[in-house]
Amino acid sequence: MSDLPALVVALPILGSVAVLLAGLVRPRTGWPITVLAAVGQVVAVGALATRAFGDDPVRYVVGGFTAPFGIELYVDGLSASMALLVAVVSVGVLAYARTAGPRSNPFYATYLLLVAGLTGMSITGDVFNMYVFLEITGLTAYALVASGEGGRSALAALKYLLVGTVGASLFLLGIGYAYVATGTLNMHDLSTQLADVGYADPLVQAAFGLLVVGLFVKVAVFPVHTWQPTAYAGAPDSVSAFISALVSTVAAYALIRIVFTVFTVDFLAANGFAGTLLAAAAVVSIVAGSVLAVSQTEIKRMLAYSSVSQFGLVLAAVAVANTTALTGAAIHLVGHAVMKGGLFLTSGLIATETGARSIDGYDGLAERLPAGAGAFGVLALAMVGVPPAVGFVGKWYVALGAVEAEAWPLAVVIFASTLLTLAYFARIVERMYFREAPAADANVEPAGAERGTRTAVATDGTGPTGDEAGSSPAGDALAAARVSLGMRATVVAAAVLAIVLGVAAFQYGQLLEPTIERLLS
Amino acid sequence: MIDLLADRLYYVVSFLLLGVGTYTLIGSRNVVKKVIGMNVFQTGIFLFFITSAFVTGASPPLLTAPAPRVSPLPHVLILTAIVVGVSLTAVALGLVVRVYEAYGTLDEDAIRRVSHDE
Repeated sequence: MSDLPALVVALPILGSVAVLLAGLVRPRTGWPITVLAAVGQVVAVGALATRAFGDDPVRYVVGGFTAPFGIELYVDGLSASMALLVAVVSVGVLAYARTAGPRSNPFYATYLLLVAGLTGMSITGDVFNMYVFLEITGLTAYALVASGEGGRSALAALKYLLVGTVGASLFLLGIGYAYVATGTLNMHDLSTQLADVGYADPLVQAAFGLLVVGLFVKVAVFPVHTWQPTAYAGAPDSVSAFISALVSTVAAYALIRIVFTVFTVDFLAANGFAGTLLAAAAVVSIVAGSVLAVSQTEIKRMLAYSSVSQFGLVLAAVAVANTTALTGAAIHLVGHAVMKGGLFLTSGLIATETGARSIDGYDGLAERLPAGAGAFGVLALAMVGVPPAVGFVGKWYVALGAVEAEAWPLAVVIFASTLLTLAYFARIVERMYFREAPAADANVEPAGAERGTRTAVATDGTGPTGDEAGSSPAGDALAAARVSLGMRATVVAAAVLAIVLGVAAFQYGQLLEPTIERLLS
Repeated sequence: MIDLLADRLYYVVSFLLLGVGTYTLIGSRNVVKKVIGMNVFQTGIFLFFITSAFVTGASPPLLTAPAPRVSPLPHVLILTAIVVGVSLTAVALGLVVRVYEAYGTLDEDAIRRVSHDE
């Protein structure tokens, strides 16, 4: 099974082709085939991960061209955890999407391609290969965002595409600079060659700036985050959960790879501006993301701004650049994916059941929908960082790392970020548990028409076989019937996972230690 | 200064294209023009990459050709990047069609007015 690294990239692509071909014969075959491919992916990545967490990373030569010339796949603990996260989350979202999401075969084919792109980004050891996977991820994500009905999702996807392309193009330009400076594209080769060229060389510095800023767009760091709320709010529920859980996460992983594997800590030490750039972006993202999240009334937009703030935390860990902080970043990436994906799924479930898509609609939700409110509450508190949830462990390590590095201003902001997170989640928990549910009429009146159409968008998607979208006034009764066991199970599983991962996170941190040490050496 | 720029005419042109592309992308209200701006922006990057492989008086990257040869790697990479760019443009234009079907206009401000009225 030495071809395992190649297999984990190829499997979802083959699955996607299979889904498309099956769609030609019978229209509604997408879901079972996709589940088969996704479960196979979990098994394959799991087998790969057991080898990658050892002392030596797995290196795979693609097509017989050896390392500095050909493309290399490189799987260490960090890549393996990202690939495993992608595989597991994609299965989880599939369980939800069976009844909730767009159901057409092209949708599932694109979904699997996105899994392939994300896995490829996680395990590649070549910067240009990473650009190609970045674009595959981008293209499929744009298409998935557009899979909702009506103009809103198409417009959101177009905006996402224009901004995302600029980000990816800057990344490509950065690769161009690094290539002109060194003549190589392999990450490990680059790290030695860049050191030979000298870290004070303007070409090298420009390459760093372009690569990092290009990835900032994909991670949605504050000034270049504008695509994210529109895209998440415009996409169908299962898509926004999938994208919010994985796309920015893997982009943040790519950032860690670029900064530490390609440019190394020595570059950060030699160039003060690099650390400052990262730290400043982190602080601005944490604060501005939270403030913007507080001012939102639509739940999905609020969750999107919350992501901006949470990824600021990961950036802070990258700026601090020590073992503790990076362990925290890895834990927070995994934890955030579970928590944020879970929150989006829960908000989708609540919207399908009650029609509530804005904060006002969450009044007294605990009585009307105890399971949904419970899951949302648990995930929200986990995100704030209440122990023993995974949100706590990640933030704790990052904060501890900042204290170790004596980066006091950064440490203060990281601790404050917990309070800022509380600021936008506490009010929802308060509404759900301590307020009276509005009278039925008052609830229907203000958002009536809009709510009907939005529910239809969320549940029908592009499926050619979608149930009647036109029956919006009576949408509530129909929508309530559409919440399936799979949707409930996924939401509850996400909430449970957020707690379980928190308990397991300390062991995971120890498991990751050799990888992080290697990254920082 | 002028001599320096004339020496590096390729770079000047590619960064000029980058600037024009960015300006079109941000400045124009028509979404089709935005897509065109995105294309021009990408073309600037492609040109920059390609010229990095250029060596005066070198022969094409063939094993039988005489000694100073042009590096084939950037060409291959840009070929890939062009394919990516074409797919992006195709997806973008597809989305533009859907936006037009939904709102009946391609003007950003008009779209914003329509979508707020909903």
